Amino acid sequence: MISVAELNEWRNAAKAKITAGNAQGPAMRIVVGYATCGIAAGAAPVLEALKRELASLGKTDVLVEEVGCIGMCQYEPIVEIYAPGEQKITYVLMNAEKAARVVHSHVANGKVVAEYTIGAATGEAKEGEVLPLTQTAFYQKQRRVALRNCGVIDPESLDQYIALDGYQALTKTLTQLQPGDVIQILKDSGLRGRGGGGFPTGLKWSFTAANAADQKYVVCNADEGDPGAFMDRSVLEGDPHAVVEAMALCGYATGATEGYVYVRAEYPIAVKHLEKAIDDARAKGFLGKNIFGSGFDFDLFVRLGAGAFVCGEETALMTSIEGKRGEPRPRPPYPAVKGLFGKPTTENNVETFANVPQIILHGAESFNCLGTQKSKGTKVFALGGKIQNTGLVEIPMGTTLREIIEEIGGGIPNGKRFKAAQTGGPSGGCIPESLIDTSIDYDNLTAIGSMMGSGGLIVMDEDNCMVDIARFFLDFTVDESCGKCNPCRIGTKRMMEILNKITEGKATMQDLDKLEELAYHIKENSLCGLGQTAPNPVLATMKHFRDEYIAHVAEKKCPAGVCKALLNYYILPEKCKGCTACKRACPTNAITGSAKEAHVINNDQCIKCGACQATCKFGAIVKK
Amino acid sequence: MVKKISKLPFNGTPEQAAQLGKVIAQHKHDPSQLMTVMQKAQGIYGYLPYEVQVIIADGMDIPLEKVYGVSTFYAQFALSPAGKYAVSVCLGTACYVKGAQAVFDRLCEELGIGAGECTEDGLFSIEACRCIGACGLAPVMMVNDEVYGNLTPDKIPAILAKYRG
Repeated sequence: MISVAELNEWRNAAKAKITAGNAQGPAMRIVVGYATCGIAAGAAPVLEALKRELASLGKTDVLVEEVGCIGMCQYEPIVEIYAPGEQKITYVLMNAEKAARVVHSHVANGKVVAEYTIGAATGEAKEGEVLPLTQTAFYQKQRRVALRNCGVIDPESLDQYIALDGYQALTKTLTQLQPGDVIQILKDSGLRGRGGGGFPTGLKWSFTAANAADQKYVVCNADEGDPGAFMDRSVLEGDPHAVVEAMALCGYATGATEGYVYVRAEYPIAVKHLEKAIDDARAKGFLGKNIFGSGFDFDLFVRLGAGAFVCGEETALMTSIEGKRGEPRPRPPYPAVKGLFGKPTTENNVETFANVPQIILHGAESFNCLGTQKSKGTKVFALGGKIQNTGLVEIPMGTTLREIIEEIGGGIPNGKRFKAAQTGGPSGGCIPESLIDTSIDYDNLTAIGSMMGSGGLIVMDEDNCMVDIARFFLDFTVDESCGKCNPCRIGTKRMMEILNKITEGKATMQDLDKLEELAYHIKENSLCGLGQTAPNPVLATMKHFRDEYIAHVAEKKCPAGVCKALLNYYILPEKCKGCTACKRACPTNAITGSAKEAHVINNDQCIKCGACQATCKFGAIVKK
Repeated sequence: MVKKISKLPFNGTPEQAAQLGKVIAQHKHDPSQLMTVMQKAQGIYGYLPYEVQVIIADGMDIPLEKVYGVSTFYAQFALSPAGKYAVSVCLGTACYVKGAQAVFDRLCEELGIGAGECTEDGLFSIEACRCIGACGLAPVMMVNDEVYGNLTPDKIPAILAKYRG
C-alpha cells in the first residue's frame, strides 16, 4: 500500500521538476495551449518556433510543454511563461514570428513583450503595461475547480498530475475512509450532475451502493453531443487523470470493480490522452487488482461512441456500450438497479467526475461554500455565438447571465444588440434580454423555461431569427431521434413541418396553436430525455418571442431578415440609375419608374424570382 | 437519418481482409465489442460496404441484421466511400448562428456536389457534421483531420485549391 507520506514525497519531487527556478527544475517553463482549438488555431508552428529558437540560443534549461485548453479560444494560440519570481505571463494570438521574438526578448533577456500579452489584446492594460491573466475581466470572476489543471499541466504526464495533488483523494479514501464516508461527503457537498439533469451525485451513488450484486459498474458519459458544449472534451484533453481518479473513487464508494468511459469518436485527442492516462495509472497501481494492498479492485475501459446524440441519454449510452443500436430503455428499472449488462450501474458525466477528487480531498465545505442554496459549487460554460470572448469559463453558481455576457464575455461584437442566450442546447431554451439578470443555477433556469444542460451557452444578437433558431434545434432532434417511440419520432417531424410552414410564410394562426399543443404532447409522452425535452426550444421561443412568430405568420415578415422565403426585394434609390433593365426583366410588371429615375418594386405583385437582381448592373437591388 | 448505400463495386484486397480477420479474432469472444470491430473495419476499408458487414457478422457470430442495424444507427458509419479529402462542415449551434450554412452552401457550389456525395474524380466528399467542439473558432470545418476555423464563404476556394494542388 502506498502511504499518504510516500505519495507526498512523490508529489514534492514531481513539483520540483516543473517549478521554474527550483534546483531540480528548469530555469523557465513555457507552456503552449495544445488542445483541439489551440491546434486548429495554429499552435503547432508556434511550438516548433519556440523549440527552434531556444535550441539556437542553447537554452537547454527551459522546459517547453504542451498543455490542455487554457480557456480563451478567441485568443489561441496561447503561450504562457512561468519564470522564477515573476507572475505568469500570458501571450496570446501567437504565431511563429511572435514566438521567436518572445524567446529572444523575454527568455533570453528577461524583457516581456508587452504588446503580445493578454492585457494588450483585450485593451485592458495601458500601453507597455503587463496585466496578469487572473486580473482580466475574462478571468476575474472565474473559480476553477473542474478545470483546475486544464492548461496548467501536461495532460500526458502522470507525474505532473501527482505534482498538483493528483491521486491524493484516492489514497486518502483507500487508507482512511469507508465507502459510506465518501458518499456522505458528496451528499454534504451538494454536488449535482453536470450533464444536464442536476440529480444529486451523492444520492445517485448511494442508490447503487445499496443494491447488492456480483458485479457493478461505473460509467462516465463523455458523449458530449450537445452542439455548442465542449467542456468535457477540454477536461479529457487537459486533465484526464482527474476523471480516472474520480471513477475509481466512485467504484470504491458504490462497490463497483469495473468502469467504462464512453467517449465520442469525434474527439481523437481526448481519446488518446484518456487511454494514456489509464495505461499509466494501471502501470503505477492506481488501477487494477488489489490497489495498493487495500483489497479494492478497479479497472477502466474506453468505448468509442459513433455519432448518435441519443447516446448521451444514460440508458441509451449503456445499450450502446453493449454493442447495440443506442436506443433508450424505459425507466424504471433505473440504472442503479439494472444498468449496464443488466447490473447496478452509476453513471455521471465528465465534469461531474472532475469535481469529485477535489471535494474528497478538501472536504464538502470547500465546495458548498460556493454557489447558491440549492446549486453548489461551480459550473463550466462554453461561451459561443455572438460574443466577444468565446471560450470555456468556470463560474460559481449564482453568477448572473449579465455578468457572464457583459463582463466575462466582453459583450456583443460589432455594436449589435443582445437578443437572447440559449442554454441547454437542443433540450434547453432561450433567455431573453428581460431576464438577463437571472442568477444562473439549476432551479432558476428551469423556472424560466430553459435548463442548465451540459453548459453550452450560445449568445444571439438582433441578426438572429428566433423562429429559425427553433427550427434549427428541431431539425437536429428530428435527425437524432432514435425512432423507438412514436411521440418523438413522428411528433417532432410534424412540429418541423409546421415550423417550415412558418418560416416560408405559409402558416396560419391556428398552426401556432397546433404547434404548441403538439409540443406539450411530445413532452409528456416520449420515452426518454431526448423526446421529453425536444420541444423546449420551440416552447421557449414561443413564450419569449411570440411577436416574431406572429410577424412570420400574420405579416409574412422575418424581422431579423433571416428566413429567405420571407425576404423582399428593394431598389436602393441612391444606386439606381433608372436604366429600366429591371423593369423590362420583371415577369409580373411589379417594377415601376421612368427612365433616369429611381425605380420602385411593388411587393404585392413581386413573385421574388430574382430576375431584376440578376439584371441590375449597379448592385442597386437588395433582398431584405 | 437516411444513409446512401454505395453502388460502386467493392474492391477489398486480401491484405485488408487479413487485417480485418485479426481484429475479429481479437474481439470475437465479446459481442459488446461489435462497434469497436466496425470502427476498426471502417478504418481499414474507409467505409462499411455490404461485403464487409457480412465478414463481420460471420466472424463475430452476430446476425447480419444486427450488424446492419448498428451501421445505420450511428452517424459515424459510412455505407459509401468518402473522397480522398473528406470535408465535414460543422452545423452545430455556435457555427450555425455565425453563418455556417452559407459556408456549407458555398462549398457545395464550388464542388458541384451535395451532402453525403463524392466528386467524380474521387477527390472530395462533403458531409454536414454536428458540433466538433471547436465552437470558439466558429464557423469551422474539417478536411480529413485538419480543422479550419473562422470561415467565411469567400475563404472556401483557397482552402480547396490547397488540396487540389
